[in-house]
Amino acid sequence: MLEIKGLKADVDGTEILKGIDLAVPTGEVHAVMGPNGSGKSTLAYVLAGRDDYAVTGGSATFDGVDLLSLEPEARAAAGLFLAFQYPVELPGVGNANFLRTALNATRRARGEPELDAVQFLKLARAETRRLSVPDDMLKRNVNVGFSGGEKKRNEVLQMAILRPKLAILDETDSGLDIDALKIVAHGVNTLRGPDFSALVITHYQRLLDHIIPDRVHVLAGGRIVRSGGPELAHELEAHGYASVAAEAA
Amino acid sequence: MSGRGMSAAAQREARASLAQSFLARFEGLKARLPGDARAREAAALAFGERGLPGPRDEAWKYTNLRALAGMAFHEPFTVVAGCNGLLDRLPAIAAPRLVFVDGRLRQDLSRLPGTMRVSGFAQTPDFGTLVHPEREPLAALNTMLAQDGAMISVAEGVDAGTLVLASLAADVHGRPVAFHPRHRVRLARGARLTLIEISLGEGVYLHNPVSEVLVGQGAVLTHVRLQDEAPGAFHLATLYADIAARGTYDGFALNIGARIARTEIHARLGGENAVAHLNGAQLLGGTQHADFTSVVSHEAPSCTSRQTIKNVLSGKSRGVFQGRIEVARGAQKTDGYQMNQALLLSADAEIDSKPELEIYADDVKCSHGATVGALDADQIFYLRSRGVPEPEARALLVRAFLAEALDPIADETARTCLDEAVERWWERQAA
Repeated sequence: MLEIKGLKADVDGTEILKGIDLAVPTGEVHAVMGPNGSGKSTLAYVLAGRDDYAVTGGSATFDGVDLLSLEPEARAAAGLFLAFQYPVELPGVGNANFLRTALNATRRARGEPELDAVQFLKLARAETRRLSVPDDMLKRNVNVGFSGGEKKRNEVLQMAILRPKLAILDETDSGLDIDALKIVAHGVNTLRGPDFSALVITHYQRLLDHIIPDRVHVLAGGRIVRSGGPELAHELEAHGYASVAAEAA
Repeated sequence: MSGRGMSAAAQREARASLAQSFLARFEGLKARLPGDARAREAAALAFGERGLPGPRDEAWKYTNLRALAGMAFHEPFTVVAGCNGLLDRLPAIAAPRLVFVDGRLRQDLSRLPGTMRVSGFAQTPDFGTLVHPEREPLAALNTMLAQDGAMISVAEGVDAGTLVLASLAADVHGRPVAFHPRHRVRLARGARLTLIEISLGEGVYLHNPVSEVLVGQGAVLTHVRLQDEAPGAFHLATLYADIAARGTYDGFALNIGARIARTEIHARLGGENAVAHLNGAQLLGGTQHADFTSVVSHEAPSCTSRQTIKNVLSGKSRGVFQGRIEVARGAQKTDGYQMNQALLLSADAEIDSKPELEIYADDVKCSHGATVGALDADQIFYLRSRGVPEPEARALLVRAFLAEALDPIADETARTCLDEAVERWWERQAA
């Protein structure tokens, strides 16, 4: 279970998160929705451990472990995965090599045996097929020359291979057409189960038509201003953030 | 004596004193030195006038030899005890090999090839025609004192396969030694050869090889060099290449060793559609200094030259790239490209880059560029967020940076050998 209490964070001396309270019980998928600049991406990065954000207060624990004290790689080993809003290009690094390095690093950290190239390729091919990702995506350099949709699909492929316990999807739906959106949603839905939780950060309700969340939280001005069931997403879509935020205030 | 605090006058004096000791050695040895005595006398005259290059020599602006000038070098013994350890460090390559120890060809350690003619400079001395002792002081020093070297020639139309040219070096009981091997590689029309040159050693020494390379019409020489000299060594290598019509000189030099290294190449594209690749990578740490200097002369139409030099610099190391492309009046349709990139892994590392174009033809395509940067924080975070520990993430990104330079090396043996060297370098930095 992910438990965030009173989390505050600064970027360059400006407070962006002003005390976030949020709990995602194991096995549940929660959505965080909010207008631009509300702190959605900051929340994602702070949880993943990016060091240009200064945490100034509060806590975030995952299965009782203090996430904020861990290095980013240790958070990944603990089962956290961040699907980036803007996946990073790695020229000169083959995607298959990248995925295998990542998988084996987390396996090593968990005391599991590493996979050799053959075992890895078998696993990776099964996942590419399941997610309708062309095989050649494994051969290309990580995200280099990928379209926006391909980059997002590559994030989902990584997630499928790394099998996190907690996935944070940071606006994974942005820039996707409906087909790509369905693939991304399918990727998340197949991971759903009693041991998997997700925090789906999005601006729009349309992704939530395909990934039905257990709870929806509205983030505005650095705080969760409202929480509710899946119907809250529709309400936001119908009335806009302004009215919902105003109502909460 | 480190020489770093020396005044300009003291440095000049130290250079002059080392030059004098080389000249005195020549006087003492010259009756016994092989080959054309007049060529040696002319080189001695040139070296006597010029001396060792100093900071006022334009070609040596970024590479100061003061650390070298503070040394006293001795003659290498002909038989070095304990070179087995050095032999063991040679990559296991099944190909024929020529092994030099302190600049002398050791037949007993070599495996002679059947596909080409090979002899020692000591037996068949030939100074060739491409070297310019009057222009390059270290070539003058070499011409003056060369005692041995590899004379390699591949006959017309023959694919000679792979040959390893290994230079093993060791100082003698802690006394620095200097040696100046003179190599010549000649490929006749349509011939092919992959030459893998490896330099390594222990202790303090000066390895000052000069190579003359002649690539005949339609011939292809793949020349891969791995410089992994001892941390206290000086490696100052000068290569002159002449490439005939449709011939290819495909060169790659990886510099990871030595205290001060210089890879100097003068390549002349002398016939139509000749090709020169003068690629390289320099991986440095500590206070290492490595200089990659090249002059490519396009003297015939429709020739191509390509150069990608990658520098990975950590500690207080310094990389230098000087690249000059000259296009003669008649050399239309010249295609010249030059790129120097540096990845600085520490705030104290430094790169100096000096590209130059000198073009006298009007229908040419020449470009050059340089980039300098640190590892990208976003890329490191991306990898770490996927569970890859920071040191491993950095290593992966350094390898990725080098990939563009290493990937064109098609010869698998050579590539493996370089990849292993890159890994060794990385392990040394981590240690």
